[in-house]
Amino acid sequence: MTSSFSLRKSQLFVLLRPGFLVGLAILLSSIALALFPSFFAPFDPNAFNYSALKQPPSAEHWFGTDNLGRDTFSRVIWAYSVNIQMAFVATIFALIIGVTVGSLVGYYGGIADAIFGRCVDAIITFPFLVLVIAVVAVLGPGLTNMYIAITLVGWVYYARLMRAEIMGQLANDYAAAGKVMGYSDRRIIFRHLLPNAITPVIVYWMTDMALAILLGSSLGYLGLGAQPPQAEWGVLIAEGRNFITTAWWLSLMPGIAIVLTGLGFSLVGDGIADLMRPRG
Amino acid sequence: MLENAHITSAHPRILDVKNLSTSFDVAGKQLKAVDNVSFHLNQGEVLGIVGESGSGKSITLRSIIGLSRRYGEVTGEVNWQGENLVAMLERDLRKVRGKDIAMIFQEPMSSLNPLLTVGLQIGENLVEHTSLDKPGRRRRSIELLEMVGIPDAENRLNDYPHQFSGGMRQRVMIAIALASNPKLLLADEPTTALDVTIQKQILKLILDLSKDLGMAVILVTHDLGVAAQTCDRLAVMYGGKLVETGATREVLRAPKHRYTMGLLQSVPENIEPRTPLFSLPGTPPSLMNLPLGCAFAPRCAHSVADCAEKKPPLIGEQHQVACFNPTNSGEATKGVA
Amino acid sequence: MSEPVLQTENLVLHFKKDRSLLDMFLAKSAKAVQALNGVSLALQKGETLGIVGESGCGKSTLARAIAGLYKPQSGDISFHGRSTASNKGAALREFNRRVQMIFQDPYSSLNPRLRVGDMLREALTVHNMCPPEAVGARIDELLDLVRLPRDAAEKLPHEFSGGQRQRIAIARALSVEPEVLIADELVSALDVSVQAQVVNLLLSLQDELGLTVLFVAHDLRLVRHVSHRVAVIYLGSVVEIGDAKGLFANPKHPYSQALLSAAPSLNPDEKGNEIVLTGELPSPLNIPSGCAFHGRCPIAQDICRERKPILEGNPKSGQVACHLVEPTAN
Repeated sequence: MTSSFSLRKSQLFVLLRPGFLVGLAILLSSIALALFPSFFAPFDPNAFNYSALKQPPSAEHWFGTDNLGRDTFSRVIWAYSVNIQMAFVATIFALIIGVTVGSLVGYYGGIADAIFGRCVDAIITFPFLVLVIAVVAVLGPGLTNMYIAITLVGWVYYARLMRAEIMGQLANDYAAAGKVMGYSDRRIIFRHLLPNAITPVIVYWMTDMALAILLGSSLGYLGLGAQPPQAEWGVLIAEGRNFITTAWWLSLMPGIAIVLTGLGFSLVGDGIADLMRPRG
Repeated sequence: MLENAHITSAHPRILDVKNLSTSFDVAGKQLKAVDNVSFHLNQGEVLGIVGESGSGKSITLRSIIGLSRRYGEVTGEVNWQGENLVAMLERDLRKVRGKDIAMIFQEPMSSLNPLLTVGLQIGENLVEHTSLDKPGRRRRSIELLEMVGIPDAENRLNDYPHQFSGGMRQRVMIAIALASNPKLLLADEPTTALDVTIQKQILKLILDLSKDLGMAVILVTHDLGVAAQTCDRLAVMYGGKLVETGATREVLRAPKHRYTMGLLQSVPENIEPRTPLFSLPGTPPSLMNLPLGCAFAPRCAHSVADCAEKKPPLIGEQHQVACFNPTNSGEATKGVA
Repeated sequence: MSEPVLQTENLVLHFKKDRSLLDMFLAKSAKAVQALNGVSLALQKGETLGIVGESGCGKSTLARAIAGLYKPQSGDISFHGRSTASNKGAALREFNRRVQMIFQDPYSSLNPRLRVGDMLREALTVHNMCPPEAVGARIDELLDLVRLPRDAAEKLPHEFSGGQRQRIAIARALSVEPEVLIADELVSALDVSVQAQVVNLLLSLQDELGLTVLFVAHDLRLVRHVSHRVAVIYLGSVVEIGDAKGLFANPKHPYSQALLSAAPSLNPDEKGNEIVLTGELPSPLNIPSGCAFHGRCPIAQDICRERKPILEGNPKSGQVACHLVEPTAN
């Protein structure tokens, strides 16, 4: 009993590391901003103010204003809703599909695995962004189509990782033991193998959420994702592009938000990786 | 066949290990893997260091030629040809290692370089430790492979390690070790990864070579049978300490330490089939967490008051034991001989 | 003789290796590891049949095939006289329940994330071994049975030593009240001083529960100690089978003789006989024709290279597969 307690204590110790704490703080505040933007934003993100055009950062407008007098600080905060949503929605379905497919082909192998292998080869030979842009081009621009495009391409990476992890776990005899115990394949895959195999996938998920924000912003910037006037970091950077020499804050501030949020996800991902590593 | 009864007393002492200790720093805690171990070796003698996992037997072996230095702190003396190897600089030690003292390991595959042919790997050692020219090295390599019983040696020089089977790979390892005419061979569980029929071949090879070349051998093993068939003397380790040393026959016929005796009794030999075996309770201790007194005391049925508080010293002349309450000669011992 | 509990008939199992592209061009057929080449064995109720042989001889494959982990290419495994080849669904699960296996490495055969209690609970509930309200008591009982403290149920596998883990594996196997226990190298991953504890446990449980045991091991002393009968396997075929005492005292097949004499005795003066086999186990990818042992056999003759010997002799007293040995000799 005592050893089990001390073990958990030592594992929880991960949570007290500064890197993880900083990451967690960033992530939690991001989520708070995403959930309650109106509470934090001092102005209406879409309200024009012709008396305050392209103003540099000041006490009133912390991040300055744009060419229509909209408050950049409020727009960056409102963009949290869209961009945090992106991190989650663009990855969660890829995660679910990828984990399921990867577990099944990893466990059963055979023809399904061979077909899967060819699909993976076909998809990963294209750069991720190019493929997503191609899908969006077919479906048409917009947030929903962007999510579909990222999911269609992204699940492959989860599945590939999951398949490899499951096959690694199969080298352990506890799966064979489950079979000999007369357990169903479903029980062996999802109750025994999956919890042992999923750690790297979860860690990848955390990084992928950061990547999804980057990708979503890139598509927004290119005009394929969120559409103006919606406040979204990519859109904001694109809007500021024309004024980069005269109003640097317009592109810089949303850029910093992207970097900061990405950092938060990565730091938390590292902490979770340490926390979930099984002992013994 | 497995002849090990060469007379040892006439041979000079070539290795004298005194108070050898090796400790590691693990998570801020000091782990004493080898604790004050002393023994000696005579020329041409085969000494077996016997113990279970975590007894410190492999680390003792590695500490002799400074392989544990990088990971932990080694103190004491290893006297070899008038020099103390423990105090020797790494640079000088390298000249001893692989030349006068050679070592073979349990996993022959992982200790051979998979990208180099066997011929090259033997040649390498010859370049390092002999003055032979290229054709001379080739001749010597073939000679060595033939010596360790690899058929068609000339052609096999160009083969890579993966083209050899497990037993053959161990022979190649031995050939490499012998390239420099070592005076001492350190063998760390050389046959544990091999099947019994192959094990017998390799042990016979090591013994024959020892006899023919006058080479001393320290054989580390967990298998009492292997030790019994191969070694002139045994040193039994438990919890990082030597608990018993003596001539193989003496130790096996009349073990003095309760641990040695328990181990021997638990082997299913000379016992009615399907009857309960003698079994020692508990499990070997973790080196991280050794008891204050004798490491074996918690599992010992004969422990006395001192056992829990003091570490028993290794005492005796030819047959030494570290125990406050050793078995006495009158006690019925395992009749292995 | 009564009907055997478990029987294998002419079991053949080959693992196909992947062909390289070059092989396909050259129209070479795929190589196969010939793990089992016609193994017929019968397990009688309550007995222990020992299986010995060197690594790569197919003994572990045999254990796993009987436990249903591998599907043989041909041959049959029957349980109480009924073939198991067509088993599906409930029948398969019932077979699995009644024929349990314990694996060599207790560090890999236990799910590292399940507490011991949950592990046992799962086995008990999947097979409805007892009413839900009795599961807790049954878990305590099982832990008592394998001599583990009851609070073990709350712990994760990594909190135990190797010997204790193997006890947990035994408890899990016994939780579903099997008739047959397949033990694949039960103690070879354990420290020498711990092996005897686990062997004693197996012996007492077998007597207590009337288990039939297939004991696969490379340690000959151990096999001799626990087995009623012993089968010696070489390259996927049984070369000799018989009563343990008789076989160990007087092995007939030249391979059995070599194998037994190779086991190092604890007595330094007991050198065994002088048989040191030359050569090594041939690759199971390419098994020699005729008697698979002829290349290493000290007494091989022409016939051994040409015809594969079959097991001959009285199944009760012992059978041997060798052209040059009279099965009834002695």
